Amino acid sequence: MGRKLLTEHINVEGIETFDVYRKHGGYRSVEKALKTMTPDEVVEEVKKSGLRGRGGAGFPTGMKWSFLAKPEGVPRYLVCNADESEPGTFKDRQLMSKLPHLLIEGMITGSYALGARTSYIYIRGELLYVLRILEKAIAEAYAAGFLGENILGSGYSLDLHVHPGAGAYICGEETALLESLEGKRGNPRNKPPFPAVQGLYARPTVVNNVETIAAVVPIVNEGGDEYAKLGVGKSTGTKLISACGHLNKPGIYEIELGVPVEEFIYSDEYCGGIWKGRDLKAVVAGGSSVPILPKELILKTAAGENRLMTYESLSDGGFITGTMLGSGGFIAMDETTCIVKNTWNFSRFYHHESCGQCSPCREGTGWLEKVLHRLEHGHGSMHDIDLIVSVAKQIEGNTICPLGEAAAWPVAAAVRHFRHEFEWHVTNPKEATAPGAAYRGAPVLA
Amino acid sequence: MEPTTAPTKPQFSPAAQAEIKRLLTHYPEDRSKSALLPILHIAQAEFGGWVSPEVQDLVAETLKIKPIEVYEVATFYTQYNLKPVGKHVLEICRTGPCMLRGSDELTEHLERITGAKVGGTSPDGTFTLKEVECLAACGFAPIVQVREKYYEQLDTPEAVDAMLNELKSLVHRPILPWEETGLPNSLKNY
Repeated sequence: MGRKLLTEHINVEGIETFDVYRKHGGYRSVEKALKTMTPDEVVEEVKKSGLRGRGGAGFPTGMKWSFLAKPEGVPRYLVCNADESEPGTFKDRQLMSKLPHLLIEGMITGSYALGARTSYIYIRGELLYVLRILEKAIAEAYAAGFLGENILGSGYSLDLHVHPGAGAYICGEETALLESLEGKRGNPRNKPPFPAVQGLYARPTVVNNVETIAAVVPIVNEGGDEYAKLGVGKSTGTKLISACGHLNKPGIYEIELGVPVEEFIYSDEYCGGIWKGRDLKAVVAGGSSVPILPKELILKTAAGENRLMTYESLSDGGFITGTMLGSGGFIAMDETTCIVKNTWNFSRFYHHESCGQCSPCREGTGWLEKVLHRLEHGHGSMHDIDLIVSVAKQIEGNTICPLGEAAAWPVAAAVRHFRHEFEWHVTNPKEATAPGAAYRGAPVLA
Repeated sequence: MEPTTAPTKPQFSPAAQAEIKRLLTHYPEDRSKSALLPILHIAQAEFGGWVSPEVQDLVAETLKIKPIEVYEVATFYTQYNLKPVGKHVLEICRTGPCMLRGSDELTEHLERITGAKVGGTSPDGTFTLKEVECLAACGFAPIVQVREKYYEQLDTPEAVDAMLNELKSLVHRPILPWEETGLPNSLKNY
């Protein structure tokens, strides 16, 4: 059993209140940072920790922080990305509802490190009930002197606000999120300039995921070096994995990075195996955008090594035989799952969520959805299979934001590993579209 | 009877006005447009669960911005309903993880027992069915959101009945001031 740095106290009665959270060591990182460290020293600890962005991209957080422009006399912002909406991902909702003060503590310590005097938590609009939990906790933090003017007599002041979205996956993209926070449509911005130079209100801004900001708390408390001792190689620390799909025990697990995938799926400590005594068919390991892998390749790499829950091990083999850790949205599919239907479902999602700014994405996601729909319903041709691969290729790399890639990758990987199943829908449409039909042939592993 | 359409010249209630005033303190004075999304949420709760053109104009007036700036936002974000809705809007998640745990069957079941079709409202005006994309509670699939509440693990007829019975017993009222809604089970028992 690994260490839990974020969720150790999540089951404590009343932990969502300031008093109980404080009693369990809460807000120590704020005291330590504001009283004994300079802002740059906090950034240095985060750099040493090796923490990587937990929203999905895995970019080193300390490096992102050090890119922040600091022109004299210009306000800068820390914005928390709580627009959790990558299918398969549901960790931040749990963290914010049960441990609102952990996020607030991370926001204060992080804002101090970056020199922000006003910070925002942008939460998806569906989670208004979580917004209310956060606002209540923020009010408690103000009352206790951890927010507002001259925090703990340090001379540092911070205001923190929560801002709701209103239903748009694209607002999880950081520049779309900033547009939305400015009261506009969530259209991603062209980069450069990057938010570190021109972000919210054209001011220097850092945007970090909820879990990333929460991780700053143990990093400051224990030191970056201590944090980096957990995990494997460049995958340091712990990660929240939200497991869903056909598992006996779907849910949120804080794991020390490096747990073998096989152990994560089958051990009773984690997901407890596949439901209904069935066999595992495929896994989408890091949210719907990452390549799907058949059972054989998610448990072991192409070289036959045990696959681990780390950034490096999951991406071993690149997009030919590997995938990504992504957001930690772990979707397991049993042997009865129709891969064609699942791929069509995800394509419909990306088509629905495309902001429509870039033609390759606006048109391409529509093509993917339509052609996959006819393949799934037994009206497709062999040419259609090559067509979706070709459309996916034409979206990839040709859009302002990564939604294009997010739409293209799952299609490309599904056809790569499950081409026979797509072909079966063309050659045996009646059989393939019968209720409960599932292709049981072997996947392509190379 | 509940009014099914907003009055032609809507006005925010005093509670809503107070909340809007509070929200405006969150943003720099010259950036009050930032409050547009939260104010549209308030407007939708105040005026029958949807934002009519008149309500959108009221929001524009409140923020001293052009009506088009509100229209383009209201039409972009899927949570804002642009047409009248029933008393309860059931937002059914249809994305992959929910589909794997039976959201297709759930949708069919809801259509059958409410008499509403997806995108429409039941003849008695009680239920509107709406399909939505991932609600980020995939481990507790399949899921329906109604106003601020998530109903989770709706994979049995009994679970669905329990949800509908709870909804039928609710008195319809605006969400403001902050309503304490019940938390989904997954957040009560971690």
